[in-house]
Amino acid sequence: MPATTDPPALTAPELRELYRLMAATRALDTAAVAWQRQGAIPGFAPQLGQEAAQVGSGFVVDRRRDFAFPTYRELGVARAMGVDMVGYMATHKALWHGGLYDPAQSRFAPVQAVVAGSVLHAVGWAHGQTLAGHDGVALSYFGDGASSQGDVHEAMNFAGVLRAPVVFFVQNNGWAISVPTERQVAGGSVAARAAGYGIVSERVDGNDVVAVVEATRRAFAQARSGGGPVLIEAMTYRRGPHSTSDDPGRYRSLEDERRDAGTDPLERLAQQLLRTGAADQAFLEEARSAAAADAEQVRTKLAALGPRPGREMFEFVYQEPTGALKSQAAAWRVESEHV
Amino acid sequence: MSETTIAAPGRTGADPEPAAPRQLSMQQALNLALADILATDPAAVVLGEDVGTLGGVFRVTDGLQGRFGAARVFDTPLAESGILGMSVGLAMAGFHPLPEVQFDGFAYPAVNQIVCQIGRMNYRSRGTLPMPITLRVPSFGGIRAPEHHGESLEALFAHVPGLKVVSPSTPEEAYHLLRYAAARPDPVIFMEPKSRYWQKGEVSTGRRGADGDLGSRVARPGKHVTLIAWGAMVARCLQVAELAAEDGIEVEVLDLRWLKPLDAEGLAASVRRTRRAVVVHEAPLTSGLGAEVAALVTERCFDTLRAPVERVTGFDVPYPSGDLEDEYIPNIDRILFGIQRVLEYRRG
Repeated sequence: MPATTDPPALTAPELRELYRLMAATRALDTAAVAWQRQGAIPGFAPQLGQEAAQVGSGFVVDRRRDFAFPTYRELGVARAMGVDMVGYMATHKALWHGGLYDPAQSRFAPVQAVVAGSVLHAVGWAHGQTLAGHDGVALSYFGDGASSQGDVHEAMNFAGVLRAPVVFFVQNNGWAISVPTERQVAGGSVAARAAGYGIVSERVDGNDVVAVVEATRRAFAQARSGGGPVLIEAMTYRRGPHSTSDDPGRYRSLEDERRDAGTDPLERLAQQLLRTGAADQAFLEEARSAAAADAEQVRTKLAALGPRPGREMFEFVYQEPTGALKSQAAAWRVESEHV
Repeated sequence: MSETTIAAPGRTGADPEPAAPRQLSMQQALNLALADILATDPAAVVLGEDVGTLGGVFRVTDGLQGRFGAARVFDTPLAESGILGMSVGLAMAGFHPLPEVQFDGFAYPAVNQIVCQIGRMNYRSRGTLPMPITLRVPSFGGIRAPEHHGESLEALFAHVPGLKVVSPSTPEEAYHLLRYAAARPDPVIFMEPKSRYWQKGEVSTGRRGADGDLGSRVARPGKHVTLIAWGAMVARCLQVAELAAEDGIEVEVLDLRWLKPLDAEGLAASVRRTRRAVVVHEAPLTSGLGAEVAALVTERCFDTLRAPVERVTGFDVPYPSGDLEDEYIPNIDRILFGIQRVLEYRRG
């Protein structure tokens, strides 16, 4: 456990906000799978079941000074950080790899398809905060599968050596496509590896949003105050397929899923809200219907987004494009746009 | 890490007064260029293996940490993907990283970060996260080094969208091209010909302007054949030109400098004058940059060419051990044979 004072407990309005965000994430995530089945988008990587881990960690980010480095499965983080969700979903509509939101403004790096590709970027960005004398913290997302990549080792070692203000947030969702954690993570715990790098780590119940928020807040407090990097391993479960092209029936049964998934994180928070009196049934229903309306609005706006103009293939390769690229763009215009 | 911190990246200081031209080795010229970059660009940071306390295994960063502090010139752990991946994050935070990969072969472990991240972040982010990274790579052979210490990666990097590639041939070129590359908003792979590190030449400081830094340059004018080269091969081609002149053959030596973008117009202008071209490189023949050069020359000069473009290159073999290096790198004889073939070519 990081050696910092525990942050104050979550307030009732914060808990209700977390529920709204998780419900919105669930609704959009579920809708996106349906849109893929309907042919509206070509593919999607659902985060079903990871709402508490994603929303709880993203909720802690201070957009004035911090920066998050997502993978391709961070819908809930994006939602919690206020990223434009139409711009975010644009990556899944195959409009632009990194999405159409502004990553610098959103403090949310472009959607990253390379497994473990952005973990080192988070360390570099974090070290840049130290060099510039700023107090920003980098939040790096990766999963149990990515933990096998060499870049994760390099990133954790660099962060440990440089005492970089970075929080590694590992969502251990049990599966790297079809390979379960026990055949992915030697020793069984990514968090346990952190000690070897001199990095403080903690394993949390990733389906308990309160535990996730509290752990992330502790980690941010430590990193921000110069205490060095922290690793959080949020134990969760990928309730859906790896992507809309995946068929989990080939590697796990419905019984396995029922047994291993645990209590639905949304249901868990709902029960807690009711039990503690932080919200009533009417609030939950209102939040769920707002989430559905929210998803429907994203669908409408996403449907209205046409393909990017072909010239954009050429426009963003360089800040200062080469002559050869300009010639290719000109030839493409003549031969493909018939101008 | 020292207590030194950088107040805020992004400001540009005044350039030091240009000094009178002086004799410097390429290693010294690069060191001076880095010092001038660090002095004028507060966002510039130098990072890599042994670049700090030691001053680099080739001493290119010698004294920089003492002068600019351990925050701006820092040693990293021994992991190239880490160095390049970290440079991406530093660039996203507003810095202008100047990473060093200690030897060319050590760039291979970083290819994922160089190709998939550095080359694509500007594109992926629609121009909102530019990558002003200049990666210095001591390159090519000629120093009897162990395996993995003498590679010619220009074709690999030139093939990657989003990267630019440059290689200086003289101390003067080294100073100015590094200053130019470091001021760019795009990533540049800067290939330093390590066999030329200790060769001296006249270096003028100050800036010579984009016109002086872009494209190719005619290293020696001639009218019978154009020898096209870069990096360490430029000096060898100049030796060849000297020898050929004794036989009355006037060889033009074109120093390409930029391997991406290639100076198609400069190539064509030279070959239109000489009507014959031989491209020389250390890298293996197949799919080497010579093929691209030959295609560009043929597209632009098909009607003027008196002979097919000749390629004198390394072979399609792993870079050999030091003892065989002279058999592998194009030597004077092989280049002269290449010239002879284009001069004696007759249409069949």
